[in-house]
Amino acid sequence: MKRLLAVFTALVLAALATGATAQISIVIDEGNRDATPIAIVPFARQGTGFPQEDLAEIVDGDLARSGQFLPVPRTDMLSRPSTESEVFYRDWRSINARYLLIGRESMNGPQLRVDYELFDVTSQRKVFSGYEAGPVSDARMLAHRLADEIYEHLTGVRGAFATKLLYISVSRNPGGKDYSRLTMSDSDGARPIVLLETQEPLLAPTWSPDGKEIAYVSFETGRPAIYRQELATGRRQQLTNFKGLNGAPAWSPDGKTMAMTLSKDGNPDIYLMDLATRQLTQVVRHYAIDTEPTWMPDGQSLLFTSDRGGKPQIYRYDLRTGKTERVTHEGGYNARARVSQDGRSVVMVHQQDGRFQIAVLDLVTNRLTPLTSTELDESPSIAPNGSMVLYATKYAERGILAAVAVDGDAKFRLPSREGDVREPAWSPYLSR
Amino acid sequence: MKHLSTSARTVALLFCAALLVACSGSDTTEQDEAAAAAAAAAAAAHSAQEAASAAEMARLEEAAAAVGNVFYFEYDSSTLTPEALSAVNAHIALLHRNTESIRLEGHTDERGTREYNMALGERRANSVRDYMVANGISSMRIETISYGEERPVAYGTGEANWAENRRVELKPQ
Repeated sequence: MKRLLAVFTALVLAALATGATAQISIVIDEGNRDATPIAIVPFARQGTGFPQEDLAEIVDGDLARSGQFLPVPRTDMLSRPSTESEVFYRDWRSINARYLLIGRESMNGPQLRVDYELFDVTSQRKVFSGYEAGPVSDARMLAHRLADEIYEHLTGVRGAFATKLLYISVSRNPGGKDYSRLTMSDSDGARPIVLLETQEPLLAPTWSPDGKEIAYVSFETGRPAIYRQELATGRRQQLTNFKGLNGAPAWSPDGKTMAMTLSKDGNPDIYLMDLATRQLTQVVRHYAIDTEPTWMPDGQSLLFTSDRGGKPQIYRYDLRTGKTERVTHEGGYNARARVSQDGRSVVMVHQQDGRFQIAVLDLVTNRLTPLTSTELDESPSIAPNGSMVLYATKYAERGILAAVAVDGDAKFRLPSREGDVREPAWSPYLSR
Repeated sequence: MKHLSTSARTVALLFCAALLVACSGSDTTEQDEAAAAAAAAAAAAHSAQEAASAAEMARLEEAAAAVGNVFYFEYDSSTLTPEALSAVNAHIALLHRNTESIRLEGHTDERGTREYNMALGERRANSVRDYMVANGISSMRIETISYGEERPVAYGTGEANWAENRRVELKPQ
């Protein structure tokens, strides 16, 4: 799966109007040379009550962003079929489309349904058909699920478009304290919802493994504290209020425990909180800085950042044996690890030639590969299917979000207009 | 009171001296006169001391103001530089003379990860606190907090901006 590095960067930016929600949009800067051309014909509609959204366009955007597909521009299309009988393969061969996706939307009360068919233009046959249905108010999510199906069918990897992002945006307030907002959006940046706004710092947003809750650090009381919040109800709980640091919350894979950094006993160490009893256990103790815990997918060990060797490096703590071992050896600064679902790849912030970049370490081969080449990249977050890494970077003095995939060869970029966007956290797969 | 200041000691000594003079006289009138003279002398000495003390206080406040409330650090370091040390010393001298409680806010530049910087900011604030405590300021009077890289004073990139952000700010509590 892991081909030689061909970097593909997706992109994301925030146009942050004062007091308004940070709207992130995505622009492709450079395409993958090996991307598969696919024609996604606008879906046919009959009747009334349809959503404003152009669902085919959303599917088009998702597949393009993956870097593995190159959607054919609509203006190049010679025909616009919506049923199999209307498909003439020569129309698609002549514009070099490898695949063709057509669909029909129908309304039943408030329910929207899209029936779709996928054709292989080269072999001139239908390869896949199906439908997606749901409330019209959730039309965008329906389109993302459709894109997930197409992606999985053509790549063999589960799609991660029907997911959500969390991020922090900060708008400067000259002469006063900046505004910090915790925002949740679709995976393409659409439909941003501000979950929290404060004039004190917000940090470290993270997801519960079932995608129903989030946790974060807020300074809203004047001091840092870890909060947990239910997305459906908005109900939230303050989990910690200790002297010193209260940071870096990380839910265990079974959802029962939260790892965190506390400095209540003098210096930053890693603790586990049993979320049912609120009981704390100190697991990593050292006079150096120990922080940024993250769980291995099996829940049996933690990776964390420590400067016990003089410089920040990633270490692994085994919960069964109580042993700690150093994981990174290359470079003078490796920090804030995140692990892929298969437990094989660790992405991190890696310093090379004075630049802070995102790098991936293969735990099997021990090979460290830089994924980005900009200077102040941080906060990597892996898509639940492991295909892409979302991270924060600086562009024209502004904080923006960007994404990079190891299997592509494309770059995406967007100029930032206002405000800084940072600390993206990609959700796990979400149940319907 | 482990750290009775010099001027306070002087006032106390003068007062004792005045009392000694008052008690040593044999004649009642003499005693009264002596007592009155001594009291007047003590009062004069006291107000002179107060004036001197106020002047000393003003001098210390001026010295602390001159060095500022911000102490700067090297990259990824929480060691007090010679400049930072002399600035902190000026505040220690002032803290010995007042009863104020202070807050030390640790900050970092934007390089490196946010949570690591949160820890580094705390380490910087602690290093100023520890130095103050080692020099006789009660830890009960000092509160520390780290903002990591979340509260920059200079927003741009580059060493000039970064150097301004690697700091501990001393504020009244």
